[in-house]
Order: sequence, then C-alpha cells, then structure tokens
Amino acid sequence: MSIVDVALHVLVTLVAPPLLLGVINKTKAAFAGRVGPPLLQAYFDLARLFRKGSVFSATTTWVFRAGPIVALVAAAFAAMIVPYGARGAALSFAGDMILFAYLFALGRFFTVAAALDTGSAFEGMGGAREATFSVLAEPALFLGMMVLVRLTGSSSLATMLGGGLGGLWARSGASLVMVVASLLVVLLVECSRIPFDDPNTHLELTMIHEVMVLDHSGPLFGAVLYGAAIKLFVLGALVVRLALPIDTGVAVYDWGLFAAGMLGLAVAIGVTESVMARLRMRQIPSLLVGACLLSAFGIVLLAR
Amino acid sequence: MSVVREGRPRFAQTRAGRVVARAAVPLLSLEELRAGVLDRVAAGARLVALFGARDARDAPCAAVELWAVLADDHEGTLELATAPVARGGSFAALTPDCPQAHLFEREIAEQWQITPIGHPWLKPVRFPRASASERESASASASATPSAPVVGVMDYYRVEGEEVHEVAVGPVHAGVIEPGHFRFQCHGEEVFHLEISLGYQHRGVERALLGGPDKRTIHYMETLAGDTSVGHASAYCHLLEALAGARVPGRALSLRAVALELERLANHTGDLGALANDVGYLPTASYCGRLRGDFLNLTATICGNRFGRGLVRPGGVGFDVEPERAADMVRRLDAAVADVESAADLMWSSASVLSRFENAGRVAEEAAFELGLVGFAARASGLYRDVRHDHPWGIYRFTKVPVSTMHSGDVFARAYLRWLEIRRSARFVREQLGALPRGGTRAANESLATLAKQSVCVSLIEGWRGEIAHVAVTDERGRFAAYKVVDPSFHNWAGLALALRDQQISDFPICNKSFDLSYCGHDL
Repeated sequence: MSIVDVALHVLVTLVAPPLLLGVINKTKAAFAGRVGPPLLQAYFDLARLFRKGSVFSATTTWVFRAGPIVALVAAAFAAMIVPYGARGAALSFAGDMILFAYLFALGRFFTVAAALDTGSAFEGMGGAREATFSVLAEPALFLGMMVLVRLTGSSSLATMLGGGLGGLWARSGASLVMVVASLLVVLLVECSRIPFDDPNTHLELTMIHEVMVLDHSGPLFGAVLYGAAIKLFVLGALVVRLALPIDTGVAVYDWGLFAAGMLGLAVAIGVTESVMARLRMRQIPSLLVGACLLSAFGIVLLAR
Repeated sequence: MSVVREGRPRFAQTRAGRVVARAAVPLLSLEELRAGVLDRVAAGARLVALFGARDARDAPCAAVELWAVLADDHEGTLELATAPVARGGSFAALTPDCPQAHLFEREIAEQWQITPIGHPWLKPVRFPRASASERESASASASATPSAPVVGVMDYYRVEGEEVHEVAVGPVHAGVIEPGHFRFQCHGEEVFHLEISLGYQHRGVERALLGGPDKRTIHYMETLAGDTSVGHASAYCHLLEALAGARVPGRALSLRAVALELERLANHTGDLGALANDVGYLPTASYCGRLRGDFLNLTATICGNRFGRGLVRPGGVGFDVEPERAADMVRRLDAAVADVESAADLMWSSASVLSRFENAGRVAEEAAFELGLVGFAARASGLYRDVRHDHPWGIYRFTKVPVSTMHSGDVFARAYLRWLEIRRSARFVREQLGALPRGGTRAANESLATLAKQSVCVSLIEGWRGEIAHVAVTDERGRFAAYKVVDPSFHNWAGLALALRDQQISDFPICNKSFDLSYCGHDL
C-alpha cells in the first residue's frame, strides 16, 4: 500500500462520512416528494455545533464528557483497519478484526456510560436498549467474520477483504451472500437506521441511540454526530468491499468503484427507510438473532 | 329503555338543542341524584356532563347545584336533574359504581370544594388559580393566604418493587406540541400503568363565559381547542339559537356542516400522516402533511381562515359560497381525497406499518363503555356512538352520515376508522356543496337579542374527536348563570391511559397519536 493510498485513506475517513448522511436524506426526500436538505447539510450542522458552547448538567462527571470523544476516536481508529475498496487498509496486523469489533464495543460502552451518568430515566432506557441490542449484533458480526477467516485463513481485515475476494465469491458465493445480508443488518442496527431506530424521530420514548445523547450539546454533540457518521462509513465500507470484490489494479478506478459503491449503499439505505416502517421494539431481537443465524449458516455451508 | 321504573327518581326529559325551563328540572336530593344516574347508566345511558353551578336562589353563593346530564343514544333523548349541595360539603361519589364520572367528580371537588366521598383517586384536574376577588376575600378573612396550587405537583400512582422504574415525560416535550405530563410505571419496556396529569393550559374559559353572552363569547368558543374551532363554535351557536328561539336558514346549517366535515377531513388526514411518521413510514407521512393543508385551504376558501374562524356565527354563518366557488371546492376536494386515498392505500398495504398498528393500544369494548369514551375512539372499540346519528342537529337531521365502527379497539382500528370517516365526510361535503339550500345565511339579529330566562339547554355536536357538549343555564335576566363545556378529550384521556396498560413504552407515541386528544380542550 503506497503512502498516497494511506494519506487518501485517512483523508477520506475524515472528510467523506457526513456526505453519506446527505445522500441518504436526499434519497428519502425524493421518495417523499420533497426537495430535502442540501447534500452538505451534515457538514453545515457539524460546523455549527463545533462553534457552539456546551451546557453540562450538574449531575454529570467526566464520564459524560468522555463518552462522545471516545466513541469518535474509536470509530476513526477502526476506520484505519478497514480496507476501502481494493486499495487496502492504512493499518493491518494479524487479528485486527478482533480489535475492529471491540473498538466499536469500547465506543458503545462509553456512550452508554455517559448516558447513565446523566441519571435521566430516558437515557437509562436508551442505554438499556443499546446494550441489549448490541449483545445480539456482536455475534452476528463475529460469525460473519468467521466465514471470511475460514475462507482466507487470515484474521486481518486487509487480507480477509483483500485481492482474493473475487475468487472466493466464485467458490463460496452462497456463504458470502449470507454474510453480506447479516452485515447489512448489523450496519442498520449499529448506525440506528430504520427499521431498527429512527434517526429523525423526536419521540424520546421510541429512540434507541438518539435518546442516549439527548443531554449532549455543542461540540460534544458534534463529536457524537461525527462519530456516528464515521461508524456508518466504516461499516458501510466493509459491506461494500464484500459485495463489490472487483480489483481493477488502477488506483483511480479502484477509488472510483469504492465511491460508487458507498453512494449506492447510501441510496439503498435511503430507499429502505422510505419504504419501511420501524419495527416494534420487541421484534428487533428476533431480527438480530436471524442475522446471527444467517452468518452461522454461512459457516455451516463452508464446513461441508 | 325509556320505561320509567317504579321508584326511579324522575329526571327531566329533553333532546339536544331543546330548551327546558329550570322549574321543569327536578330538584332531587343528593341520594336521589346518585341513584338516578347509576340506574340510568346501568340501563345503558351515558354521562354527558356532571358539573356544579352556583345556586341562583341562594344569594351569598354558599350553595352549589350539581347538574347531571345523561344521554340515551338509542332514543336520542337527554335527561337532566339537579341536586343542591352546600359549598364545602360532600356527597357519595359515583365513580366506584360509574367510572365515567371520575374526572367530573374531581373537577367538582376542585371547583367547589365539595368532597365526593369514596372517590378512588381524588386529585386536582386543572390547578386553577383563585380569581382576583376570591384572593382578596381570602386575604381579608384569613391572615395566611393559602398558596396557589402548582400545576402537576402532587403524588402520582406508584408501582414499587424490584426492577420497576418510573419514566416521566413532559410537560415540555421534544416536539412542538401542547404541554402535558405523563408518568409511566414500567417494568423494563413494559408499561404497568400510565398516569396523565394535565392542567397546564387552563385559562379559565368557563368562568369567563359567566354573565354572557357578549361579543367576546364566540371568540372564546373558537379558541377553546384550536383544531376544533368549527366544532365548538357550532355547539355554542346551536345552544344560543335554541335559547333565543331563532330560526337559522337551511343554507347556513348546511355551510356549518360543510365546515365541520372539512375540519374532520383535515384532522383525520393529518393524524394518518402523523401516525405514519411516528412509525417512520415516510411516504404517507409527507403526503398527508400536505393534504391536511389542502383541506384547511378549502375551509379558508369559504371564510379566509384555515381553521374556520369567523365562519360560524350566532344566527348563521359569516360567509356565503356562490355556485362557482362551490363547484371549485368540490373539484379541489375530489383531487385531495383521491390523493389521500393513494397515500392511505400505501400505508394499508405496507406490512411493516400494519404490524406496528395491529394489537397496539387495545381498548376493549367493555372498558370503552365503562369509561364513557366518545367519538372515533369509542367507535373503534365497537361502540355505536355518533352524535350525528344519535342526536342529529342542523342539517344532519335531513342528511345522514353513516356511522363507521371497528371492533378491535387497537391503533389500527382507530387509524382505519379515520380513513372510513374521511371517505364518508368527503361524500357528505360533496353532496352538500352540490345542493346548498337556497336562502339567506343569517337569522335576523333581533331574534338573537334575548335568551330564554331561567332555562337550561344542552347542545351536542359530533366534532372530529367526538361528542362536544355545551350546557348553558340562564338566570332571570337571560344571561349565562352556568356554562359547561365538555370537550371529547375530557372523556377520552382516560381511554389513552388504559390503552397503554401492558404495552411497550415505545408504542406510546402511536397510541397517543391514534387518540390525538386536545390538551387545551381538556384544560379549558
């Protein structure tokens, strides 16, 4: 991986994520017959939030302030491990997929802890929901990874999603389809999208992720939004690379293909959100267990 | 049902919109009133209103008259009776035997310091501040003035135990909605009990109406509940016209009904969109948001105000509709209804939406009956209750709107019923605009000048939420000695609290929206 690619990787990680939100919102607006917010609205929001001051409740401690920052840093760090398209990852070593998964767990732990730190009933409720659902999302992610580990014999994301992916699709396409579907579910849950959560709702009682950050304001809230956008981007990159295992060998084409894949994914998320209602909260665990089972079947298919 | 049983306390028989002389209303003892109400409710009657009023025969105002208004929906009749009770006195509460009286009795206790003995949950309703004159007399008589009650500050029903927790929502909400406080007793995600505490919007409208009618009265009526301007204004005007004995031209009655049904169309459509929004189903949410505006604009086409203010006036309506405008309105109505149809069909054919609506917030028919629910909330639980059918007024005496009912009593039933009513209201409006009666739009002004003295009149209107009841008692000069407003929300808030039992707390927003009750209509 060239130094240019590493620089690009870091740059894309820092700059591109909010654009995905813009594409999703534009897609949703198109379905609703509206013009919708500008494509770059998420950037404007971040710029506005980072200029603002913060308000802190007297009941909160340093945990409350650490929450958004840890979540942001964890997501950005995880982004370094994930290969963007065929151009590889900025950072890779044996077993980095474990670090990848637990970086998100770390961020989540601090977000939940920050929510509990406020002592608000709402935020406690949101924290409980987030913890419950992530317990089920984590195995789905790991089982999906195990399919790749078994296929490639490597436990580093850069190799697992490396050049040989095209050949793997030819040999064990069925398993990979299941992994893609399962990871897509994980992506929607982790990034609090419909049908699991509604990022635009104002109804505290139905929120999962949003309710945990109700008390954050100003730059810290900006960090929350930014971190969430990076998380969406990173998990999206994982799914896109899996679903588009094409290596052109030319850097420009590879980057172009990756960008097209990400935009396509954002449009797909937007379409899903437009044609579906949210699930009843009680049914979310069933769907997550379903995602785990999908990944598990992927492994079973390989074991024959 | 109208058979008078042996020993049954006698009530005055009347109908909605008829004037009864006060002398004809039997003055019962408190025991007789209680027995009479319970007897009739057991026979299927409904408590329309139960309220206290100053006893006009008693100069120092130490005595209060309790008024009970019952409706027999099958016969289309009303029954009235009063009983005197001393201020600061007490009576045996009806609530244990007649749950629909619960909020009325709390209101009486709050307004007149009369204790309903045996009331299971006696708490303030609206936390009214004492009037200036009352404050003065209190400070003159006692050195320590009792501090004014603070809205929402009181004990709430609590469930205790391992893992039981309490969630408090409001009165300041995340959306732009009215203030109300909701206390949930939860076990994990499951709601054991919901207590709703209102009163934040109390403006003292009923007190301001005493001594009326005057020039301000109609404006109070139009702002009792902003989304029911036409409904409350119509209820008031029908009451006033009955008391004055005025004859209102058919054309005016027809236009009032058109405005009332447009109000229903706008609110039902808006709520279908809001329900879709609350489950994150965007297409229907966005389209219905716009279509609600289309119906509001139709109302504005008649009178220049989207909520119909200035349209319904004592003696008739403030604006006429010429044939070209009527034809244009029908055209626009058809276009809007066709759009609502496609937006609603999208929703009804979406499995993910139906799975959210079905079996959520169920109110059983029996519970709806006992709580005395009204309007579409009652009809969704299988009760056949519609003032347009049971106690027809105005143009509804000649043109019938079929009553729609559902049986499951869940969010889906309340949502789908809106859709059924949208279609039927649209047909009604089309019919009325196509054949408006000829003639003027206002009764002669002098015919409204004097109201029947020492009389009482009850006016019932099926607003879009349900039954709007206005009761007026006039004094010896023909002024309002008492004016009672019962918004449908007053009956139905308890239905929402009940609907949440054993539900997921995350389903509260759709349950709430499926009822879509008024805060200011309740708080007055």
